Amino acid sequence: MKFAMYTIVIGAQTLHATGYAMGIAMDGKVGTEDGEAVVAYFGDGASSQGDVNEAFVWASVFHAPVVFFCQNNQYAISEPLERQTRVPLFQRANGFGFPGVRVDGNDVLASYAVTRAALDQARAGQGPTLIEAYTYRMGAHTTSDDPTRYRIASEVEAWQAKDPILRVRRFLERQGLADEGYFDAVDEQARAEAVHLRERVLAMADPAPITMFDNVYPNGSPEIDEEREQFATYLSSFAGEAH
Amino acid sequence: MDTMTIGKALNLGLRRALEDDPKVILMGEDIGKLGGVFRITDGLQKDFGDDRVIDTPLAESGIVGTAVGLCLRGYRPVLEIQFDGFVYPAYDQIVSQVAKMHYRSQGQVRLPIVIRIPYGGGIGAVEHHSESPEAYFAHTAGLKVVTCASPNDAYWMIQQAIAADDPIIFFEPKRRYWEKGPVDPDAEPYPLHAARVARPGTDATVVAYGPMVRTALDAATAATEDGRELEVIDLRSISPLDMPPVYESVRKTGRLVVVHEAPSNVGVGAEIAARVTEHCFYSLEAPVLRVTGFNVPYPAARVEEDFLPDLDRVLDAVDRSFGW
Repeated sequence: MKFAMYTIVIGAQTLHATGYAMGIAMDGKVGTEDGEAVVAYFGDGASSQGDVNEAFVWASVFHAPVVFFCQNNQYAISEPLERQTRVPLFQRANGFGFPGVRVDGNDVLASYAVTRAALDQARAGQGPTLIEAYTYRMGAHTTSDDPTRYRIASEVEAWQAKDPILRVRRFLERQGLADEGYFDAVDEQARAEAVHLRERVLAMADPAPITMFDNVYPNGSPEIDEEREQFATYLSSFAGEAH
Repeated sequence: MDTMTIGKALNLGLRRALEDDPKVILMGEDIGKLGGVFRITDGLQKDFGDDRVIDTPLAESGIVGTAVGLCLRGYRPVLEIQFDGFVYPAYDQIVSQVAKMHYRSQGQVRLPIVIRIPYGGGIGAVEHHSESPEAYFAHTAGLKVVTCASPNDAYWMIQQAIAADDPIIFFEPKRRYWEKGPVDPDAEPYPLHAARVARPGTDATVVAYGPMVRTALDAATAATEDGRELEVIDLRSISPLDMPPVYESVRKTGRLVVVHEAPSNVGVGAEIAARVTEHCFYSLEAPVLRVTGFNVPYPAARVEEDFLPDLDRVLDAVDRSFGW
């Protein structure tokens, strides 16, 4: 499995995903036993971006093996879904000429099934799909967000009852597929991984300032080299001082 | 040695690149069946197929964004933006993603994209067809910016740009597309990011690039009649700038005039003036002067000849330099 880098500018990645999918088709890896596909994740807010809509255009006219997975959690920071669309998001795909499907984003098995089916269809040469996973953002957007300014507590509570982790846990218990010991082990594994990750991140050394000049270009640039040298000279003029 | 137009030289260079590397693909509006609105890609789709020379939907951001994805899959896309003024919808993908992914990934991701843009005025067109936006890209780390001024440079520089792993904005002087010159397909190519003395001289240095190189050379021919020998330097690469030949020239002549169609404010000429002032301070007999488009939106076609730097304005600047 390959994982593309973050792009941060909302929706930009959907074009990259579509281009990659076009490359898969050019490589002859569509409709074959070793067929490949791409899945691009984005939110309800992103669906308004021009790039996302252009990605839909490209995916449809080039019949690209890409699955667009929209995590509709009802809010883009404070903007509610009604500020992004007048139609259910999965219907947007119809306008571009490819299938759109809405799935309960809080149902682990349904989300898996729909995604798996869409990816297999893409691999088989049936083109793109838009999946709208209907879910809810339980917490704040970030630690600097204050959701009490734009949504009411009762709405949050209603969605609390649909918590996907709790649901799949209840399902496994009722089906006799897992017991208390299993969930305790999972919790412990998660805790240990989190601790391990935090330790490793906190132990990482700060990069040396001079490294900011690295990797601007694959084979470098004389101007960058000159600037790096000037900065190194400047830094060394502080020799003996903590820096 | 053949004689051909810049347009034909670009066509031939693209053909060579398509022949040399099966991963090279061309994408753009109207570049396939039509062969491009300037016919630069004429005949290429017929010979290389519509999976290598691709007609795209009408959306510049989509052209560049999908090219990023194709690079991640191992392809080397060569894009055409139909006119300079239409690059702006793609500007976000170019500066936020294309320019930064190599740095962001600490060298793990390479985006060998070439974005071809016909630029500059002098063709009597409506708005957005005569822009010179090179400064917006030269100001962005992670991109390289070049521009050809002759058929031989067009033929070689497009191939070199395609072969390079950097993302490169390749500006083509559209008013010069039909001007002819020699092309030597067997010669050792000049380095892509090197400036070149287009005409040696002793009395003043004139630095130009793209469509203004011809203007500068015409000014130099006229200046000879006034008893002045101008040294004309074709910059060729706007980012990175190859300044040592410029410094060497200014240390010899003591005077510098920079010519570009783009407006003076925060333009390439301003950058050159800053660097020359720093590196050649004691050699300068006069401040660096710039002959540029004015700081207004590109005007109506009926007055564009007064907007664009011409032979007279270059000579006027040289005169003013000698007035110091």
